[in-house]
Amino acid sequence: MFTRVRDWLDERFHWADLIGPLKKKTVPVHKLSYWYFLGGITLFLFGIQVCTGILLLLYYRPGANEAFESVQYIMTRVQFGWLVRSIHSWAANLMILTAFAHMFSVVFLRAYRKPRELTWLSGMVLLFLALGFGFSGYLLPWNTLAFFATKVGTEITGQVPLIGRHLMVFLRGGEDVTGATLTRFFGFHVAVLPGLTTLFVLIHLALVQYFGISVPPGVEARWKASPGEARQMNFFPNFFLRELMAWYIALGVLGALAAILPWELGAKADPFAPAPAGIRPEWYFMFMFQTLKKIPAKVWFVDGEVIGILVFGAAGLVWMLLPFFDKAGGGRGRKFIMGAGVFALTYIIAMTFYGYLAK
Amino acid sequence: MDTWRNSGISNAHFLLLALLLFGGQAFAQAQNTCLDCHGALDPPLQVTEQQFTSDIHAQKGLTCASCHGGDPTKADMEAMSKAAKFRGKIERKDVPELCGRCHSDAAFMRQYNPSLRTDQLSQYKTSVHGKLFAKGDTKVAVCIDCHGVHGLRPASDTRSKVHPLNIAETCARCHADAAYMKGYSIPTDQFAKYSSSVHHDALAMRGDLSAPTCSTCHGNHGAAPPGVDTVQNVCSKCHVFQDQMFEKSTHKAAFQAAGLPGCVVCHSNHDITHPTDAKLGSGPEAVCMQCHTPGDICDQQRAAMLSGLKRLDDAVKGADKVLSVAESSGMEVSQARLDQDQARDALTKARVTIHSFKTELVDQDIQEGLKLAAKNLQAGQAALAERDYRRKGLGFALIFILMTVLGLSLYIRQLERQAPKS
Repeated sequence: MFTRVRDWLDERFHWADLIGPLKKKTVPVHKLSYWYFLGGITLFLFGIQVCTGILLLLYYRPGANEAFESVQYIMTRVQFGWLVRSIHSWAANLMILTAFAHMFSVVFLRAYRKPRELTWLSGMVLLFLALGFGFSGYLLPWNTLAFFATKVGTEITGQVPLIGRHLMVFLRGGEDVTGATLTRFFGFHVAVLPGLTTLFVLIHLALVQYFGISVPPGVEARWKASPGEARQMNFFPNFFLRELMAWYIALGVLGALAAILPWELGAKADPFAPAPAGIRPEWYFMFMFQTLKKIPAKVWFVDGEVIGILVFGAAGLVWMLLPFFDKAGGGRGRKFIMGAGVFALTYIIAMTFYGYLAK
Repeated sequence: MDTWRNSGISNAHFLLLALLLFGGQAFAQAQNTCLDCHGALDPPLQVTEQQFTSDIHAQKGLTCASCHGGDPTKADMEAMSKAAKFRGKIERKDVPELCGRCHSDAAFMRQYNPSLRTDQLSQYKTSVHGKLFAKGDTKVAVCIDCHGVHGLRPASDTRSKVHPLNIAETCARCHADAAYMKGYSIPTDQFAKYSSSVHHDALAMRGDLSAPTCSTCHGNHGAAPPGVDTVQNVCSKCHVFQDQMFEKSTHKAAFQAAGLPGCVVCHSNHDITHPTDAKLGSGPEAVCMQCHTPGDICDQQRAAMLSGLKRLDDAVKGADKVLSVAESSGMEVSQARLDQDQARDALTKARVTIHSFKTELVDQDIQEGLKLAAKNLQAGQAALAERDYRRKGLGFALIFILMTVLGLSLYIRQLERQAPKS
């Protein structure tokens, strides 16, 4: 049966030619090969997000008067609704975690270097899109914490010089966070961002396929010196089956988290109530939030928040252009990138913990 | 000055400009010469600028002369001359009538505050203070003792001595002073008792301005202790349902016949503490058995009501506990949590119905509360069962995943044994 279908496809689309490159695709084998799994796990979690997101769409109703109740309905009345929603929320967080881990592994293994600059850039765009998913999705249950965190988050956007206010009004759909913001965020979350993400995932995968998988410079040098040591593994089925094992383990972790720690719903947002104490963004925005909190209100004559946003903007831009520094500065460029990587990782971890531990 | 003259600005223009620049306050000060001297004098003749300007009367445009006579526009002793109708210090015996001159004049008061009552003086005359005052006792409170003088603020101002938060302290200045109250044959522990009461707690600690203070029960200008027969009317101003229940009860007639002061018999007056179910019991806090005989029909009904309350209280707490466990396990039980409020309301209602002293009425509320608590308990237990079901499901899923991972691992090993890596 399978052979007949394959023959049918081959006859019409030259299927064998299409999947030929994939059959030839290999993965380098060395002691750091396990870092290669992170990209695949992130992709798997994105797939989980798409599937659970579609299921949630069957019952979710965007709107200030319905959103919270519909999520409550999903959590309590819909068969396995709790599981779908909890997996969607946990997978979102794990996806951002693995995306960050994937990005830092690329930095430290120097996988971004020529000719893979565009692969890095497309990956960075994907990370920003994932953060956009997190920010827009956080508001959708319309609970107190999400409402006020979105209020604070969009307020920070309003501090961006020149375009900040327009950006804030655009994001909020008005001057304040209201039902209009919810509808807008819903649109971004289920239409704009998935479309863009799918496009960039395809570009990213095509680039990975085109350039092949990078070998860390140290291993590459050793293999050049003694070609006999170089080892490769077929992507299909050897690496793919290993990736499948990793996906299964990720699925197990997701299931355990959903069953033992179902994602909280909280209390319905009340725009007229005072902001509760301890308003915090999602963990992946915490390092930025904590930094902005700690910057003095005025630095010389400029607003502290504006300086913070400008610094983060500049740092983000430099980070995106990281591969181009490797070439430009030679050895110094490499040292700068490694230093920036270590600093960024330490800073993000330290400020995130500080944000959660600080009163 | 030469330059101004040359530029055509006359002295009159200059004066007008100066007046405009320095504003109305400087102008008013120039008109009230009293403060020039009394601001510098020592107490009791001292009246500072700050006291005067913070006084509601001064703010409404009245001056020292409004009460003390004289002419504050004149300087030195001329201001306090007989020709200027200077009255000088107001004698204590004249204070109520002096204040009443304006405050009892509805037409006059309407100019300043149309909603302010104008019966304070007539009410005062019906009060214990006013009656003793009329008999020549000048130790009793007159207007200025409670409201202050020079620097008097409206009752709505939290700094006023008659603001609800400050009234008890104001009354206590005399009523808690045993030496001052000597000769009046009334206790002086009211403030100490009130300070330990649930009412004081609500007012002073929680800032609930609707909670009672001295004047709420005794009246303010017509202050008098509520009589034995009318105590219930005082309490019922706030405790409406308790009053309705008590009206229907057999205790109403019995207390009246025995000359007992209604609510006070069980709850006391100034030191009313938060009532607990123990009041229905037989321990030290119990009140029923102070009059009733153990084993009589009333004692049996008391025991039945107490047991009903305990059952409902236990049921509500039990449901709360299960719901808390379910909630901390991440289960969504917010609706049951909300419904628990209804069960708690039923318990409160049953406690109010106790004042009817009718077991069948109390039992109705208890049964209603028990039904609600049972429903919520069931919701909590269902949530816990669902939690266990999920965990079992997770166990099976994890076993399946583990077996698949193991299978894949074995398959990869077999695959690579057949065709080793390049």
